[in-house]
Amino acid sequence: MWDYVKLIALGAVTIGAAIAANYAHDLAYMVNALTVMLAAAVTFIWVLRHAEEPRVDRSHEYMDGVIRAGAIATALWGVVGFLAGTFIAFQLAFPALNFEWAQGYMNFGKLRPLHTSAVIFAFGGNALIMSTFYIVQRTTASRLWGGNLAWFVFWGFQLVIVLAATGYLLGATQSKEYAEPEWYVDWWLTIVWVAFLAVFMGTLFNRKEPHIYVANWFLMAFIITVAMLHIVNNLSVPVSLLGSKSVQVFSGVQDAMVQWWYGHNAVGFFLTAGFLGMMYYFVPKQADRPVFSYKLSIIHFWALIFLYIWAGPHHLHYTALPDWAQTLGMIFSIMLWMPSWGGMINGLMTLSGAWDKLRTDPILRMMVVSIGFYGMSTFEGPMMSIKAVNSLSHYTDWTIGHVHSGALGWNGMITFGVLYFLVPRLWGRQGLYSMKLVSWHFWLATIGIVLYASSMWVTGIMEGLMWREVDAQGFLVNAFVDTVEAKFPMYVVRALGGVLYLSGALIMVYNLWATIARQPATSPAAVPVPAE
Amino acid sequence: MSKKPVATRAEPETTGHVWDGLREYNNPLPRWWLWTFYITIVWALIYTILYPAWPLVNRATQGLIGSDQRAAVRAEIARFEEMNAPVEAKLVAADPNAIAADPELANFVRNAGAAIFQTNCAQCHGSGAAGAVGYPNLLDNDWLWGGTMEDILFTVTHGIRNTTDPDARFSQMPAFGKDELLTPEQIDQVVQYVLKISGQQNDAAQAAAGAQVFAENCAACHGEDGKGMREVGAPNLTDAIWLYGGDAASLTATVTNARYGVMPNWNTRLSEADIRAVAGYVHQLGGGEAPANP
Repeated sequence: MWDYVKLIALGAVTIGAAIAANYAHDLAYMVNALTVMLAAAVTFIWVLRHAEEPRVDRSHEYMDGVIRAGAIATALWGVVGFLAGTFIAFQLAFPALNFEWAQGYMNFGKLRPLHTSAVIFAFGGNALIMSTFYIVQRTTASRLWGGNLAWFVFWGFQLVIVLAATGYLLGATQSKEYAEPEWYVDWWLTIVWVAFLAVFMGTLFNRKEPHIYVANWFLMAFIITVAMLHIVNNLSVPVSLLGSKSVQVFSGVQDAMVQWWYGHNAVGFFLTAGFLGMMYYFVPKQADRPVFSYKLSIIHFWALIFLYIWAGPHHLHYTALPDWAQTLGMIFSIMLWMPSWGGMINGLMTLSGAWDKLRTDPILRMMVVSIGFYGMSTFEGPMMSIKAVNSLSHYTDWTIGHVHSGALGWNGMITFGVLYFLVPRLWGRQGLYSMKLVSWHFWLATIGIVLYASSMWVTGIMEGLMWREVDAQGFLVNAFVDTVEAKFPMYVVRALGGVLYLSGALIMVYNLWATIARQPATSPAAVPVPAE
Repeated sequence: MSKKPVATRAEPETTGHVWDGLREYNNPLPRWWLWTFYITIVWALIYTILYPAWPLVNRATQGLIGSDQRAAVRAEIARFEEMNAPVEAKLVAADPNAIAADPELANFVRNAGAAIFQTNCAQCHGSGAAGAVGYPNLLDNDWLWGGTMEDILFTVTHGIRNTTDPDARFSQMPAFGKDELLTPEQIDQVVQYVLKISGQQNDAAQAAAGAQVFAENCAACHGEDGKGMREVGAPNLTDAIWLYGGDAASLTATVTNARYGVMPNWNTRLSEADIRAVAGYVHQLGGGEAPANP
């Protein structure tokens, strides 16, 4: 019965999307509608072929297929995102790479949101969904709730990525940083995200453990807050249901404020809270040590959650935003420093008594360096939110360097560590194919980040100083193009840093593939058993 | 850190919970962490007392020290404006041709003019004023509309071929090929003729035929001798300086489609003093000409 409901719904979506594509007002909408049609049709066929199949009771097994798919998606989207990033870094150094023949599709302006969305949402998002599904099952000792709903979340999220990426290249964007996708992608993501929340909460309610592990607090905060941020920042009215354009509900400085409330908390809850959830499970696991302090995790969790949400206005210092809102954004950012560091302390101190493992375990080394970069960028962030510092750093490459030391260092490195942890376990293999390659990956990525961050500090501070330089009569000394020219050598260094980071990721993909393909299998998969 | 052997420390207590083999120590909060957290909170509260911070019903609290970003910017601008007011007044009152001779004005024009140029003009003319394809080089003595102080002032003030200033300099070259005023063959001939008068390699027979085409179609603006006419901004075609390229292909494209640049009128964006400063700056770059009737 349920299968027929699904078939009717999928058939209706397929036909509806075909009609929408036929009457589309713009190319991006048409291509996206065709993509939706194709996705719905494929799903329709899949459901049809599997209709009325006898149900096998798997409630005593962990649901790991969707996590395996998540691991593959994370690694592949990571490579795509890093490749796009490295290419646009070279475009900035050598503008001739904005090829004449690809104007309107492969110029910097089109590729930049593709890069940011690919690394944050495709790479980071898949890493988070994969880790959430893994952690919540292991720490509740129960199977993911909702049957195939977890698969719906996975494939629905991939569809969001494909719709967004093709939309960008064809010019569908609402021009909000990190929230570029147009209204219909936003609506679809909302549905997928609510399903994600349902799977997570359902599993949590089914838990066989009396207490909820700290990682799950962070994951829950991440899922709920991202839903709230996403909905509010994307409030818009479509110009037509058959076109990609929409009009924002907020305007002027209110729109800017909502955008950076969203933008900053995308960092706060997506890239910080969510990834702290990953850290709280995988670091103690890999180190085989208890978490340093339960008290600290409670206090820093609530402090982080409460303080982060107010820090957004620091993105709008010295703008039309009223002084009082800037003040609040700044002081909340400063107060956020210690709550952020609570996670770093808990992560690093978990290794006390096990520091020697760093010598022999490159995966643990990766996780520890990632926590180090987390600590560094969560100090740098509050510092840059101070108005006096911000007046120098704002709009410069310093911001880009800050974001990348966090994204490449913290989010990237912990995700690599998690992939190295998960792949042998998910595919039932006796360890990784090569620890030596993990070491290579570690050093390439670390040196890449150092090149990236230090070159951006240099150019950022340099251009900040050049922009503000006025002569005795109050006239600006440098033209904008003077700063661009002065930054050239550092732009090359930055791009080389990207090349190193990308090559590390490619080595990882090879290593993971070889693990799956060549490593001998272990005994059958684990069965959920309550620990006590 | 402590030099005592770590092993003597007692293992801290755990909370007793276990998840998938994970346990938690019940360690206290690190003191330095807690105190730094408290200090940031106290600092934040003090900051909100001093600066505009808490939104109330009608307006936010304004803070004890009266900080106001907008007022601070206004004050800084006012300070420089006040400082520069005497020299700017003198610049506006002065005879444009006498600016270079007055050390104070010449110095102001060089510095202020350079800054204004970098902010407003460099986008097209280049930060070194050397121009680009379609944007004239301002360093040389080859001028489309004239290179005296008055000429440059007029160009900067009213601009070229814009639709926003009725006094803008205006002229338009016909699109001889696109509008079929000349046949492709005639265009080839006249291009060869232009190559000839500019001293480049050319097909002598075609150039000879092109002379006739030139006299009938081009000479009205570019002059009988092809040396251009500043009244209509028609460039000199006999020198080696080209706005859109001087090879056969570029010339053919120019004759076929006609090309002309647009420059904004700066009288609505810059003050009279700023315009004089930037005009004076351009004039002293190297190609400025002396007034026609001194």
